[in-house]
Order: sequence, then structure tokens, then C-alpha cells
Amino acid sequence: MAQKVLMAGNEAAGEGAVQAGCDAYFGYPITPQNELTAHMARRMPELGRVFIQAESELAAINMVYGASAAGKRAMTSSSSPGISLKQEGISYIAASRLPAVVVNVQRGGPGLGNIGPSQGDYWQATRGGGHGDYRSIVLAPASAQEMFDLTARAFELADRYRMCAIVLADAYLGQMMEPVVIPDEPFPAPPPKPWALTGCEGRPPRLVRSLLLGEGELERHTYALFDTYRQVEREETRWEAMAAEDADVVLVAYGMCARICREAVALGRRQGMRLGLIRPITLWPFPNQALTVAAAGARGVLVVEMSMGQMAQDVRLALEGRRPIALLGRPAFLPEAQEVLECAAALLEARKQ
Amino acid sequence: MKTLYERPDTLRRCLTHYCAGCGHGIVHRLIAEVVDELGIRGRTVGAAPVGCAVLAHQYLKVDMCEPAHGRTPEVVAAIKRVRPECVVFSYQGDGDLAAIGTAETIHVANRGEPVTVFFVNNAVYGMTGGQMAPTTMLTQRTTTTPTGRDAGYHGHPIRVCELLATLDGPAYIERVTLTNPDRVRQARRAVRKGFLTQIERNGYSLVEFLSPCPTYWRMAPIEAMRFIEDEMTKVYPLGVFRDWEAPGAAKGKTRK
Repeated sequence: MAQKVLMAGNEAAGEGAVQAGCDAYFGYPITPQNELTAHMARRMPELGRVFIQAESELAAINMVYGASAAGKRAMTSSSSPGISLKQEGISYIAASRLPAVVVNVQRGGPGLGNIGPSQGDYWQATRGGGHGDYRSIVLAPASAQEMFDLTARAFELADRYRMCAIVLADAYLGQMMEPVVIPDEPFPAPPPKPWALTGCEGRPPRLVRSLLLGEGELERHTYALFDTYRQVEREETRWEAMAAEDADVVLVAYGMCARICREAVALGRRQGMRLGLIRPITLWPFPNQALTVAAAGARGVLVVEMSMGQMAQDVRLALEGRRPIALLGRPAFLPEAQEVLECAAALLEARKQ
Repeated sequence: MKTLYERPDTLRRCLTHYCAGCGHGIVHRLIAEVVDELGIRGRTVGAAPVGCAVLAHQYLKVDMCEPAHGRTPEVVAAIKRVRPECVVFSYQGDGDLAAIGTAETIHVANRGEPVTVFFVNNAVYGMTGGQMAPTTMLTQRTTTTPTGRDAGYHGHPIRVCELLATLDGPAYIERVTLTNPDRVRQARRAVRKGFLTQIERNGYSLVEFLSPCPTYWRMAPIEAMRFIEDEMTKVYPLGVFRDWEAPGAAKGKTRK
């Protein structure tokens, strides 16, 4: 009988990691994700696993690098300013082809910003974030349940593709308490890791590195990384569609904004406005195809985000100018369903003229 | 027939990229000899620094990684936490350990992580072409201290062993050098003790090597060795700065 527990999103993400077999957690305090670190400080030692409070986010992500290089499932979590500090490590993790899970409970920025919700790290997460030519898988939960499910899933994806999987949440999702179902069945065991550093007894020494000085070596390595990324695009793109088949206006939103948009779709339909929703669950890879299909019969697309048009760029890239796109961007505040309806109505009105 | 000299199994048979008179080759060899002697090659994991020894993994036949500049102590600390059966070491230069990685250096030592840090101090950034290091000595000329390091302008050289010895975490800290066969034998004993501190006592150890960089000191190799003896050891005295095994020493608590 699966357990149903009332949990804050931050705790749910931590418990998802625990259930998925996270061997080591490394964190540094930052609001609004502290409940996750506190959860791991309690859970990991009681299971005989590793928890370290690091001296900085730099140290924490590099501990992830170490534990992962040693073949173990490792994660860190933070919020926007701390995630900026982790970018160096994420770049090395990408280059060294190490699996890693990073949870970003986004807050307002740039700089210290505030400690409220925001989606301002969309570009940072989906474009790589650190230096160099690479990608991270980016998962966007929209409930405490998905904080649990997608964090657990992130470990599988990270291991399967040997890359960083980022769970991109926000302050609402981290703090909000909701019922979470914890499944009884165990998560799949990690795959074999024939590259892990375990000591070279009975085999040649192994090397985890990112410096590739040989003629053509870096280029070959980057092509190989992108072969993997193309496979991720083919196999791991996820989204949720709501009433998108006959929509006049397709809303595109992720995370908390998508929950507001679900409400807006229901309200709009009651008022005779045919709204639909595409909610990307993977922000990278972005659901280009699903969006193209949904938008084909629509008169316009409305992007709703807690940032100033970051995801709207991906929508533009997906639609390649085939449909008009409007933006409802609130940089550090969750829009209300009524605002969404007004923007959708304005978009339809503009199309009439 | 008695064997007087042979290449350690752990040292790969190849030419290194190091300059003539560089100390890294000696330190590599000492580590390799001790790894062989302790029979730990099959369970050793090392981390190469960013710096002249970034390619140390080409010379040492053990599992290795090559993390970001300065972060190696935390990388090996994490490896040790998830694989306590492994013997881990981080190999670092002065810029790596005492400038960009100062926080990692101090906190790994302070937590008493059972890792061994080999710190090669040649008072200069070698790989990037001879800039000032945190350990560059006063009046020493580098490309970024063209008229010599000036305490009022560039700050003072950092004494890492002394600094870390103020912490309660470390179990063993020693500074050695490589200037003559006696010194090299002492350095070898320190490497051995460093590893044994980790293996037998589950404690943190750091061995600092005062090491020559003839290229960026603009000296002949033999002059560089003399410079260490005559000048560098005045700023960086050789000796043991922490040893829980010494008679009468306060015994710290190792990590559980």
C-alpha cells in the first residue's frame, strides 16, 4: 500500500532522491530550498548514506563530481544565486560525462534578487549555464508530487545518459505543502558504471577528465556529447497537453504558471473562449513537436512565465514564425488566471483587426 | 644479485612533459614508490590539479580524475566518503591549493577528512607562464610582480602548513624538500606517513614539498636547488607541524 504523506515540495524532492537511491547529498544553505537540505541531513545518515554541508556551492557541486566519478548517485540543491556558483562544476560534469542531479528552487534575480518565486533561471538551465558547448536535461515539476517524481526520475536520466539532470522548481513549489504518494515498488537500480573510479585492481587505470589537448580530440568529444543530446531529444521529451486540440489560443507555461493556466483554460472555456495548454515537463529537450501540432489550428500562442520572455524564445524557435506569440511575463510574481484570460482575449482581439 | 634501482610499477614508462630540473618528477616517483611499497595501487584514486601537473594521470598508473582548479580536496573527500575502502590523494600546486582552492583546502582539513594532500610549492604559477603565486616570496620576480613581490602591494607569502596547523582537524602535516638525497629520503618518509595516516588512523594528512621551478625562477637546476636551501627554507621552515602520533602530542578525534 503506497504511502500518502503531506510534504513541502522541498522535502518531497529530497525524499524522491532518497527513494531513487541517492548515495550522497551535498548542500549549502540558501533560501528558499533549506527544507531540502534539512530533510537530507536527517534522512541520509539514518540510511547510512553520505550527507555533507559544504563550505560553499562550489564545494558542494565538486563533491557531487567526486562522488559521481566514484560511481555513486549524487546530488546537490540550491537556489538561483547558489546555482550560479555551481555552473563551473556543472560544466566540468558535462565535459567529464558524469551523471549528476541538481535541484534549483528558483528565487528572484539577478543578484540577490529576493527570496520569492521566479522562473528567471530558465536560460541558465536550458542553455547550459556554464562555459562550453553542452546541455543539461531540465525537468520542470508543477506540484509536490512532481518534485518527488521528477527528482527520482532525474537520477535515472542522469545515469542513462551520463549527464547532469536539473530539476527546475521555484519558491512556491519548494515551500508549498501537498499530499505526496510515495510508491512501494523500489526504483530501478543504477546501471553498471564501467568508467567509475574504484581503484584499478584487476583492470587498467581509469581516468575522468575534461582536458582534451590532442589534435581534434575536443571536437570529437563534443560531437559525441551532442550525439547523446540528440538521443535525449528523441527519447525523453515530455509535456502535458490540456484541451489543446481545438484551442484558439494555446497557452504555454511550466511549473506553477502551468497550474494557473490550467485554471485559466477551465475558466475561459466556461466563458466561451477556447483555450488550451501545453505544459513542458522537460524544458530541455523542449517539446517543439507537440507545440507545433497544438498551435497549427490556433490563432495565437500565449506564453505565461515568471520571467521576461525566456521560455517565449523557445516557443518562437519551435513555431518559426508560423503563429503570433504573446507574452505574459511577471519576473517575480505569479500571474492570476484572470490576467491570463485578459491577455488571451487581447491576443484574439488583435488577430481580428 | 641485488636490485638497487628500478622503476616503480605505479610510474608509467614514458617521457614527462616537465621542464628540466622540475620537482614534479621527483614527487611523482616518491608517490609511486610508496604506493607500490604499501601495495595499495589497486585501491588508490588520485586527483590531478589544474597547473603543471594536470597531466599527472599520464604518469601515475592509478585511477585518477582531473577536476576544476582548486576543488580537488573536496572531490577526493567525496570519493573517500562514498568509497571508504579506497586510498585517495589530491596532488596540488600553490595556486591551486592556496589561492583559488583556499576554502576547499581549509574545510577538508578542518573536517579531518581522511584524505592525503600532496602540496607542491614552487612559489610560482608554472603552467600559465610564471605569474605570482600566493607562496611567491617577497622580492621574488614573476611576470605579475616584475619588480619583485612587495608586501605592501601584493601581500605576504602564505605558509600553508602553519595555517592548517591552527585547525584541530588535521592529523599529520609536514613540510619537506627535494634538494639532496637526504632530503628526498625524508620526503619519501613523509609521503609514506601521509598515506598511513589515512589508512591506519583515518586522519587528514598534508605533505608540502618545496620544489624547484628553474624555468620560471630563471635559474639553472642546480641554482634552483640552492635557492630552496638558502632562501626558501627561511620563509618556509621544514619540519612537522602536526603529528598525532608524536610522543606527548594531543590526540585529535578522527572522523567516524
